[in-house]
Amino acid sequence: MKIFFSILLTAILTNNYILSKFLGICPFLGVSKKLNTAVGMSAAVIFVMVLASAVTYPLNTFLDKHSLGYLQTIVFILVIAALVQLVEIVLKKYIPSLYNSLGIYLPLITTNCAVLGVTILNIDNGYSFSHAMINSLGAGLGFMVAMVMFAGVRSKLESCDIPKFLQGLPITLVAASLTSLSFLGFTGLVENMFA
Amino acid sequence: MAEKKTLGQEFTKGIIKENPVLRLVLGTCPTLATTTSMESAIGMGISAAIVLVCSNIVISALRKVIPQKVRIPCYIVVIAAFVTIVQMLVKAFVPTLDEQLGVYLPLIVVNCIILGRAEAFAGKNSVIASAVDGLGMGVGFTVALIVMSTVRELLGAGSLLGHSVLPESVPPMTIFILAPGGFFVFGLVMACANKIAEAGGHKKATLGGCKACPMAASCEKLQNGEECGKEVEKA
Repeated sequence: MKIFFSILLTAILTNNYILSKFLGICPFLGVSKKLNTAVGMSAAVIFVMVLASAVTYPLNTFLDKHSLGYLQTIVFILVIAALVQLVEIVLKKYIPSLYNSLGIYLPLITTNCAVLGVTILNIDNGYSFSHAMINSLGAGLGFMVAMVMFAGVRSKLESCDIPKFLQGLPITLVAASLTSLSFLGFTGLVENMFA
Repeated sequence: MAEKKTLGQEFTKGIIKENPVLRLVLGTCPTLATTTSMESAIGMGISAAIVLVCSNIVISALRKVIPQKVRIPCYIVVIAAFVTIVQMLVKAFVPTLDEQLGVYLPLIVVNCIILGRAEAFAGKNSVIASAVDGLGMGVGFTVALIVMSTVRELLGAGSLLGHSVLPESVPPMTIFILAPGGFFVFGLVMACANKIAEAGGHKKATLGGCKACPMAASCEKLQNGEECGKEVEKA
């Protein structure tokens, strides 16, 4: 049980996928202007991350068994792309309310490196299936925490008087740097908590 | 891109005018993640450039064969194949680089520069023009990574390419090679690039939003959406 919490907290706080691993920066900078879009995007990411890990993990075992490990990259990205399409179709048909809130973000997720990143890292870190699922959930939740926090920071930025040369993207990146700095404060937290 | 460009212009536009990182704001993840040292930045730049040139050539050669509706999955397969080849080559010949780049090497697959170029250029232009375009974009990407990593390695570790440069009386500021330093340096480099571009009478770099997103063409909902719709129409 301890290890589950340790993996979960590491993925959310100390090794946040956006702020310390730099995965999924495009949606982080692009969709974080408004709080509700940030939440919608993150919810879609959590959903797809967990689902993609659940599918790719057994697939990888299958590939390894037949010594086809070199196909990992191709198989993973295709599975994720197909999965996203499938989820979109199923949601549209059966759960229209969820589709209306998550639907527009789904096509954008195929090329989100955080999703492919988490599936590959699950394998690289040698996690068991249950640990991999927890790690994906943590990565998704961490994504959400970072997105929501950053949406708040950006709404403050809008009312600030910013020097002309920093306006737009540069100041957004500097703000991201400060948000990331605050997450650096979590270093060592998980190790000490479960020591 | 209505007017015809010479091959020379196709090449140089990727380095300066349409630099993928500093002007088009694509491929931000590897830009931030692999610029902690110059060595890994150069390795990343070259690997991505090889994939970019090869996939541009193949996609451009197949552009009349690939059906319009399933072109994105086809592009992804081509790109993933080349990434796998590069991954194997790096593992075999430069194992230290493989360790440094780690997960970011297979993640070249989802680098928006490559899919973006396939969609915006290689799918519509001749093989030679696409190869030159890929090479220019690859060089532009590498140049941007080198600029970033020079600043970060010099300030964060006091060295360049692993050789210590700064005297010992100047303590290295480790924060620059940690995550916050990456965002910070990127923000400042971007501000400088904007300043230079403005002096030359060009527009500021803004996040491309849907226009830059390779999935934009296949995503009708976004085209009908409020904010994004306008972006797409402009493109």
